[in-house]
Amino acid sequence: MDSLLPLEDRGGPAQPLLLATGLRKHFPVAGGLLGRSRKVVRAVDDLSLSVAKGETLGVVGESGCGKSTVARLLIRLIKPDRGTMVLDGDPVDEPHGITVNELRRQVQMVFQDSYASLNPRLTIAETLAFAPKAHGLPAAEARARVRDLLDKVGLDPANYAERYPHELSGGQRQRVNIARALALRPRLVILDEAVSALDKSVEAQVLNMLVDLKTELGLTYIFISHDLNVVQYLSDRVLVMYLGKIVELGSVEAIYGNPQHPYTRALLSARPSMDPRRRTKEAPIQGDPPNPIDPPSGCRFRTRCPFAEDVCTRVEPPLADIGTQAVACHMRVVGSGHSKAATP
Amino acid sequence: MSELLQVRDLHVKFVTPDRTVNAVNGVSFDVKRGETLGILGESGSGKSVTLRSILRLHPEHRTRWGGSIKLEGDEVLTMGKSALSDLRGQRVAMIFQEPATAFDPVFTIGHQIAETVRRHTGKGEADSWSRARELLEMVRIPSPAQRLKAYPHEMSGGMRQRAMIALALSCNPALLLADEPTTALDATVQIQVLLLIRELQREFNVGVIFVTHDIGVAVEVSDRIGVMYAGKIVELAPVEQMVDAPRHPYSRGLLASTVHDGMRGQRLEAIPGAPPDLAEVPTGCSFAPRCKFVQPNCIVRPPDLREMGGSHLVRCVLADVQEAGVAA
Repeated sequence: MDSLLPLEDRGGPAQPLLLATGLRKHFPVAGGLLGRSRKVVRAVDDLSLSVAKGETLGVVGESGCGKSTVARLLIRLIKPDRGTMVLDGDPVDEPHGITVNELRRQVQMVFQDSYASLNPRLTIAETLAFAPKAHGLPAAEARARVRDLLDKVGLDPANYAERYPHELSGGQRQRVNIARALALRPRLVILDEAVSALDKSVEAQVLNMLVDLKTELGLTYIFISHDLNVVQYLSDRVLVMYLGKIVELGSVEAIYGNPQHPYTRALLSARPSMDPRRRTKEAPIQGDPPNPIDPPSGCRFRTRCPFAEDVCTRVEPPLADIGTQAVACHMRVVGSGHSKAATP
Repeated sequence: MSELLQVRDLHVKFVTPDRTVNAVNGVSFDVKRGETLGILGESGSGKSVTLRSILRLHPEHRTRWGGSIKLEGDEVLTMGKSALSDLRGQRVAMIFQEPATAFDPVFTIGHQIAETVRRHTGKGEADSWSRARELLEMVRIPSPAQRLKAYPHEMSGGMRQRAMIALALSCNPALLLADEPTTALDATVQIQVLLLIRELQREFNVGVIFVTHDIGVAVEVSDRIGVMYAGKIVELAPVEQMVDAPRHPYSRGLLASTVHDGMRGQRLEAIPGAPPDLAEVPTGCSFAPRCKFVQPNCIVRPPDLREMGGSHLVRCVLADVQEAGVAA
């Protein structure tokens, strides 16, 4: 089974596995006279993050906050407008670094739609052997690897290897997608809403399996989801996004136990209560997230924030380290001018 | 409270030349005015099929119905065309998961609400527009007068869902059917819409059937919860009892496998396997192949729905045994 273990660690345990700095992606929107409008969707704006070896970084946020764009940037499915990436000490797509192809071998991704991500005309075995063969693995070894992979994700190779995607249930197909992501012995797996389409009883099976695989194979995960409970269950650190920006970043205990940003607090208290005697009485914030085409000036959350003041309109709050976590809110910046901020 | 809706032994079967799907296999429940019944189930459990049957929204030529659905005493399954047309929208209204596709994209929101009001109440043009405006105010859409002139695509998802609720309540229905109405919404918007539904339900004293796959959402809105599996209600209980003491192994599994606060680091109690194929009529308990308490007689014949006291109904041969176990 060691054919599935990731390749050797290079920079040592203290060096971040992935370091992204100043990533930015704006999508131009066609429209206006002759389609020449200058409007852009500011999907991801100057976002920096690091992923430590062996950790699970959870990414949460509502639709349109840019969390999936981040995933796509990290694996270079789309090219960032700006920003750099370093994978275990090697700059990506730069003269002395590693190529995008090499990045995509070490970083793999699992998508939400289990059916759309599989080629319907290939059997499961063909799908799983495809990438290893393309990377030069002899056919016999590729077959052995397919068996190992199916074993790993709890599908009996004798029973499933020759089936087609439509012959599997949603949960089984997602297991195949996870197996495929592991086929090239990656170090980092990005799970973009990977369990969101599954029924609860099946979701629990897949979550248990993800936990096991991480330990057995020494993997690192970036787990993107809108489901705060699942992110809490799986993650070591959590990153909260709002309209293309990081609003808060910290350990799972800090984010869930002592959230500092008003948006994080609203998001957490918007969860249904699970206790009929303590039902939610009032919605934590009103309105919908604004359109990312024209995000509000200054702090992007200010239009829905109960504490917004003049400074929030004028100045964009920096992501400030406050010890336990980092938070982008003027109330937490000393001398920012916000009435709730400490004065220097 | 009087019985508003009575569903008895409902069977729904879809027949095509290639295959037959036994989507609903004997479902019975009542809904009173002013009450919310949550129907909780996973995909393919028959929860939406049950809901749509109440309006007979399935294609007539390939749907076979059995049993009875009575709204205020009128049998829906044998209702004639004009009675059915009065039923839909006027006596029973429905809101859907995706409000973007439920509205007609080429007419303004105001036009669509006013049209419905005119069609069902016979009000004049001006009256129906002012009613539409009132309705938008009621669902707390900001600047309603301007929003009347908006097309569906000009509104956000949460706003569209509010507009659909306004449309649904435009004719004072007795029963509101909600099919996963908050599933496509963001978390901070979902809770706003849930609270709105709860509040309007009290204000209008309307009966609500709320179908969802999300336990948290069901707990947030329901007075009673019915859990569906493979086309049957396996457990039906007041919400407190369902959360505190679920009896059916499937309901218990569902609650245990749902991730919530404080489960970090623990192994999740997953239910093994997957739901059954609905091509065959089940001979025994449909959950038996996945059940850890399965016994020989589970496979022989389907268990009956047993009354456990406190209007708690369970469809499991073990229900009595467990009770004995709890008592001892």
